[in-house]
Amino acid sequence: MRRNPQLNKNGELQHLLSIEGLPREVLERVLATADSFIGVTEREVKKVPLLRGKSVFNLFFEPSTRTRTTFEIAAKRLSADVINLNIAASSQSKGESLLDTVANLSAMQADIFVVRHGSSGAPFLIAQHVKPHEHVVNAGDGRHAHPTQGLLDLYTLRHYKKDFTRLTVAIVGDVLHSRVARSLIHGLTTLGTPEVRVIGPQTLIPTGVEALGVHVYRNMREGLKGCDAVVMLRLQNERMRGALLPSAQEFFKHYGLTADKLALAAPDAIVMHPGPMNRGVEIDSSVADGPHSVILPQVTFGIAVRMAVMSMVAGASA
Amino acid sequence: MTLRIVNARLIDPASGRDAAGDVLIERGRIAALDGDARAARAERTLDAAGQVVAPGLIDLAARLREPGEEYKATLESEMEAAVAGGVTSLACPPDTDPPLDEPGLVDMLRRRARALARARLYPVGALTVKLQGETLTEMAELAESGCVAFSQANIPLQDTQMLWRALQYAGSFGFSVWLRPAEPWLSRGGVAHDGDVATRLGLPGIPSFAETIAIGTILELVRATGTRVHLCRLSSEAGVALVRAAKREGLPVSCDVGVHHLHLCEVDLGYFDAQCRLDPPLRAQRDRDALSEGVADGTIDCVCSDHTPVDDDAKHQPFAEAAPGATALELLLPLMLRWGALKKRSLVQTLAPISCAPARILGVQSGRIEIGAPGDLVVFDPEAPTRMTPDALKSQGKNTPFLGYELPGRVRATIVAGKVVHEGE
Repeated sequence: MRRNPQLNKNGELQHLLSIEGLPREVLERVLATADSFIGVTEREVKKVPLLRGKSVFNLFFEPSTRTRTTFEIAAKRLSADVINLNIAASSQSKGESLLDTVANLSAMQADIFVVRHGSSGAPFLIAQHVKPHEHVVNAGDGRHAHPTQGLLDLYTLRHYKKDFTRLTVAIVGDVLHSRVARSLIHGLTTLGTPEVRVIGPQTLIPTGVEALGVHVYRNMREGLKGCDAVVMLRLQNERMRGALLPSAQEFFKHYGLTADKLALAAPDAIVMHPGPMNRGVEIDSSVADGPHSVILPQVTFGIAVRMAVMSMVAGASA
Repeated sequence: MTLRIVNARLIDPASGRDAAGDVLIERGRIAALDGDARAARAERTLDAAGQVVAPGLIDLAARLREPGEEYKATLESEMEAAVAGGVTSLACPPDTDPPLDEPGLVDMLRRRARALARARLYPVGALTVKLQGETLTEMAELAESGCVAFSQANIPLQDTQMLWRALQYAGSFGFSVWLRPAEPWLSRGGVAHDGDVATRLGLPGIPSFAETIAIGTILELVRATGTRVHLCRLSSEAGVALVRAAKREGLPVSCDVGVHHLHLCEVDLGYFDAQCRLDPPLRAQRDRDALSEGVADGTIDCVCSDHTPVDDDAKHQPFAEAAPGATALELLLPLMLRWGALKKRSLVQTLAPISCAPARILGVQSGRIEIGAPGDLVVFDPEAPTRMTPDALKSQGKNTPFLGYELPGRVRATIVAGKVVHEGE
């Protein structure tokens, strides 16, 4: 297999495309850099000049308000100019190819492309074709990866639980379609988490997922036993009823996180969710708003983590 | 026109011959061998010292993109590619635009091919009108205009009643039916083998049982109808096992594999390499090994190029959106030589699945070196390497997983009906 396309010759982060294949030191450096930005986000003047004069292009081929906004805030706090492009509604619908779109934007002197695309691997293709001084940050591609979400999940876990090597983490729900789950699994296994579990009906668990280093549980109550962290995944509306699941109600009954199921986890377990939540589908409101929930801190950490990623890739020499 | 080839290492997989010798071709057919050929007078003599002379290759699946998709490739470019690769006969699947479902289209295609005077073209007719799976084509008419078999190309029939009737009808005339075993519902939406790599990359998968369930269905219908069926492009270990059992049972079935599947597997997708987006998908390592073993033990009769020229715009896309297929006419011989070297097979054994075996499936006399057989030959140096660069490829399709590779074998000359149609360095 070829060299990991996200690292440059010096092992620095040239692009962030996937957590898979990133060495432990790189992940730790992102988390440590994010630490230094947490202070910034709490200051009165929430800006540092690290990316002054640089242009960040938010390239969203798939609609997303939340992720795009957090990238925008992170870039602005680094003093970058941010250009938001909602491609889903423009050039692609006019038949322009992905690479043509990127070439055109590249001619407008971009420094960082933040890419969200519905097709797995699209940011890899873009990264292969950008100029050496341009950087690509994957903001979610198909079912494949959502590395900044994975990193903010790692940041959250580290914040509350300190030591990855003593953790049991359960990821629950639609793992099949989840780029969040894949990114977090790679992050946890790289950082030495001994027990990563995925919980869900067989229809929502991808074939051979064990090869990623996880244990599969069909029964949520069994899977939650002794967990230090429970990561709930979002169930897309269109998947609630059809060939994969009969109904949102039945899903909630067996795989929704309720207070009584959470009681099976460790007493100090934390509950995470990448958002946006479907209350009453994958998570009960009493849990989402309860004392174990760290869902809102995740959002705050997300900005610091995205600042860390953008400052690191921009600092990598071509 | 008489052509004499002397001082060759003559390999004829049909008879098992691998010995020094000479060939004389007269009026398009092999007229004499060895001493007689040597003594004969000829208008042209090729000295093949140090070269292998073998039957011209026969490829059971090469898409030429005509009619209708000339922006991807033309008959001119692909016929040139065929002979540059030593291919002297090829069957083209009916998935053109429009599909080969009318005698007029088939006539025109064959006339165009004949006018080009490169490789021999054997069109495979559509089994159903527009390949839509609703109405049988006029198979008898299509056969008269030159279709050698009937197929749905890569568009499997969903309706098993229709498949049953199609086999009954084709069998009534003694036609064989070529089927890509792919259960359409299980294949739907998939772009890669449903396994570790697709799971890791987040690509929708096609399980191996999409193939085996389809083979099971087809074999039951072969039992019921007795119609001869050729299974196209096997991709799984379990699929090979089913065909092996069916042959042992004596069912009239044969099968082939695309040459890429003997060398590559899901791991080669790497970081979403769209060059490895093929149909059927590259499966696990053990599937590749079983396919390779299947060719070695004869369960898999033939190896084909599954040549599919894809333009850059269609290939340079995110993996799932990239068009499947690879250019392969010019890689068939090198990849088979590479396979033979890896599997430690003799040249006779290596060349059989791309010469006499596909000739048997097509029911043609070529693919062998014997007196009276068509004068279709390839002269090649099995040791000389060829680097697969876009410029070196004659095909209009430049996309292949082997781009930049150096592969064994270099075609020096290709002869069809006694005429030298390609000369390489």
